[in-house]
Amino acid sequence: MMDLGPHAIFIIWAYVGVVVAVFALICAVRIDARRVARRLAALEAQGLRRRSDAP
Amino acid sequence: MSIDSKSRQGWFSRIAHPGQFAAWTQPLLWPLVGITTVLFGVGLYFAFFNSPQDYQMGETVRIMYVHVPNAWLSQFVYVIMAVSALGTLVWRHPLADVSMKAAAPLGAVFTALALYTGALWGRPTWGTFWEWDGRMTSTLVLLLIYLGIIALWRAFDDQLRAARVIAVFTLVGAVNIPIIKFSVDWWSTLHQPASVFRAGGPTMPPSILIPLFLMFFAFTFLFLVLHLKAMHTEIRRRRAMGLERRAAGALA
Repeated sequence: MMDLGPHAIFIIWAYVGVVVAVFALICAVRIDARRVARRLAALEAQGLRRRSDAP
Repeated sequence: MSIDSKSRQGWFSRIAHPGQFAAWTQPLLWPLVGITTVLFGVGLYFAFFNSPQDYQMGETVRIMYVHVPNAWLSQFVYVIMAVSALGTLVWRHPLADVSMKAAAPLGAVFTALALYTGALWGRPTWGTFWEWDGRMTSTLVLLLIYLGIIALWRAFDDQLRAARVIAVFTLVGAVNIPIIKFSVDWWSTLHQPASVFRAGGPTMPPSILIPLFLMFFAFTFLFLVLHLKAMHTEIRRRRAMGLERRAAGALA
């Protein structure tokens, strides 16, 4: 274990905070993407299509 | 207009069409995730195991490897939003609206992290978590601007109308970016002046600059990945909203 000196607690909390926030941000982006993909799939399953998708 | 410029415009319009943009950028996502992961792995190794302590700050210099990239991104993301706002107002391009909306929450998180890591770095270095000086206060104002923009996006049902209003708000808020940048020169502050991106070159030795740049690129690639993914989601959300409107119109 490396010695982070007398202010180790500040260094550790800085990195822990960044890791938690970045992880939460990645999860939020992925969860939002999945929710929207499900919503779009449900609409398309009802046979709804955009005019530009029409053959 | 020449035939050449017409074909160039056609090519640009094609790749910037939201649906086409999502299609050609989708295969880029996983390679970008790979590059980001490698950069973080190598950057963290250098930050903790292959860089010296600072002669003044000691080991707390390691907080810089997460503070500076987040501070850089807090401003860079806003510049991306301001350029997108111009795209919305001048060219009324739907991809510009999408980019602006997708970037705001990311910018807010990076700004909050810049303030958080700055406070934790400030306590052992200056003896205080917070001081109402130019750099810190203007960065806090930036966070409030981001939060205001996110609230505005949620306040409007009509996203096209929202984009015009928010684009104006974003461009007005952009005046804060040079204030943040030059605050350390204009006012007497606790925060040190620029030591990496400055006219005379960086003031740091390579042993500290290398991990700093690795982490800087790691966070920048993280933003690129998340921004792309959030843009894809926003394009799909708008498609879903369009289909819901069509369905509602058919029922009426």
